[in-house]
Amino acid sequence: MADLKTKIGSLELKNPVLTASGTFGYGLEYQDYMDISKLGGIIVKGTTLAPRQGNPYPRMAEVHMGMLNAVGLQNKGVDYFVNNIYPKIKDIDTNMIVNVSGSSIPDYVETAARIDGLDRIPAIELNISCPNVKQGGMAFGVNPASAAQVVDAVRKAYSKTLIVKLSPNVTDIAEIARAVEGAGADSVSLINTMLGMAINAETRRPVLSTVTGGMSGPAVKPVALRMVWQTAKAVKIPVIGLGGIQCATDAIEFLLAGASAVEIGTANFVDPAISEKVAVGIGEWLDRHGCKSVAEIVGALEC
Amino acid sequence: MKKSTQTDLIVRSSERLSDSAVLVSMQACDPVPDVRPGQFLQLLLPSCKGAYLRRPYSIHDFDSETGTVSLLVQMVGTGSRAVAELKAGDVVNALMPLGNGFDLESQPGNSLLVAGGVGMAPMYLLGKELKAMNRNFTFLFGARGEKQLLRLEAFRSLAPVAISTQDGSVGETGLVTDNSILAKGGFDSIFCCGPTPMMKAVAKYASQNNLPCQVSLEHHMACGMGACLCCVEDTVEGHVCVCKEGPVFDIKKLKWQI
Repeated sequence: MADLKTKIGSLELKNPVLTASGTFGYGLEYQDYMDISKLGGIIVKGTTLAPRQGNPYPRMAEVHMGMLNAVGLQNKGVDYFVNNIYPKIKDIDTNMIVNVSGSSIPDYVETAARIDGLDRIPAIELNISCPNVKQGGMAFGVNPASAAQVVDAVRKAYSKTLIVKLSPNVTDIAEIARAVEGAGADSVSLINTMLGMAINAETRRPVLSTVTGGMSGPAVKPVALRMVWQTAKAVKIPVIGLGGIQCATDAIEFLLAGASAVEIGTANFVDPAISEKVAVGIGEWLDRHGCKSVAEIVGALEC
Repeated sequence: MKKSTQTDLIVRSSERLSDSAVLVSMQACDPVPDVRPGQFLQLLLPSCKGAYLRRPYSIHDFDSETGTVSLLVQMVGTGSRAVAELKAGDVVNALMPLGNGFDLESQPGNSLLVAGGVGMAPMYLLGKELKAMNRNFTFLFGARGEKQLLRLEAFRSLAPVAISTQDGSVGETGLVTDNSILAKGGFDSIFCCGPTPMMKAVAKYASQNNLPCQVSLEHHMACGMGACLCCVEDTVEGHVCVCKEGPVFDIKKLKWQI
């Protein structure tokens, strides 16, 4: 049996499979369908300093082999997380990682600082790439200078593993990755959703209340793979790959492209037990290929 | 104790009830937790039919002894057309049951079950449950015309059925809210499912007459279990997921302008 353990900075994962923020709730929602402690980690719903109601309905549109969402970071705020949700998830036997979002640098810093005090949260994923909020979000992540600025400020306030989630809605994602690496990020995760839109021809109206939204699902996988490959070559910190992963083979492709771990997102909606199946399938692939560890295939693309 | 499970369903039969509606009966391969009236399932259809995400359908009938689940589905889009193409022996995957279902205890007494169009779907299991509880109730169905009224004999085997059609082909002419059964009154509560304008009209009647009323909403969903936050309804408690906090809501919780 191959060793499935992998590391993201100082964070040890029992296998390379994480669930992507916003697609797995707080993990508890999925307990009827799988053993969530079998995962390398769970990245919980995007959390902001103040509560957010998110965008008006409709917030979702199905597209060919994927979907658009415009949820807009609906959450009850970091204090609610600390007081009401953390006690329910702190004893889950895997890495519980909080996705942190904000509309200003002080917001990001304050939210990260409050989560730094939670013993059983070993890492945060800093979301500088949400396309569905008017202020902040993706605006920070599309420019190397502003991306570095927010990461630098959070780094000073947050002592544990800092993962930065990158936007694909940029000309050169490797340049952004280098900038956040320079500002102290321990890892980058990519890609967040791609900005898109859907139109109802019959009504001549946009499907989403916000007109545009973030696209995810199998349709974005080739773009995500390309960006992970480019980024992994450009930085020394570990890369977490995501975008359209539906099965273990998809995950292996991301590892070969240079990712040290992967996140499963939209596929959780199609099969709520898929993340556990992907973790098992990675092990089977490694055994079949005579590999002893995940590390052997990270960036092992031959070209 | 599991509240919901993932199971394959084997299609036992599929019956066309009209040009646009189908009744599909399926048997679960695994044990299914208790199903309450008003709950739904998330069906995974073959992706070659064009539906990537699962589709939510009201549970029309459920037999816990045999694990047989029936869906009453109106063909309106990619998913429902794929449901209509299912044949005996086909296997589909489901997450079930999901959602809160109707709260029967909070609305005791003589109930009126109002449905419009394919909103009739959850009313059969609700009627069966009320009958098993020996409660008094009456169905009130509204439709464009006779052809849109589905499985009337099955419903009549449970309770009296009042009908309103817009074209007057059967029952009284007009909308459900014009039906004389409402003028007669005598009901203690209302359960309702159908197109939003109809539900709002019924909710208005209920609040004017001080009757407790629950409505079952139908929003586009992705996950079906409260994780993605796509299917929200604006309520007095803010945005809540129709899939998890609903699909059934007490009208007092909704921010409908009625």
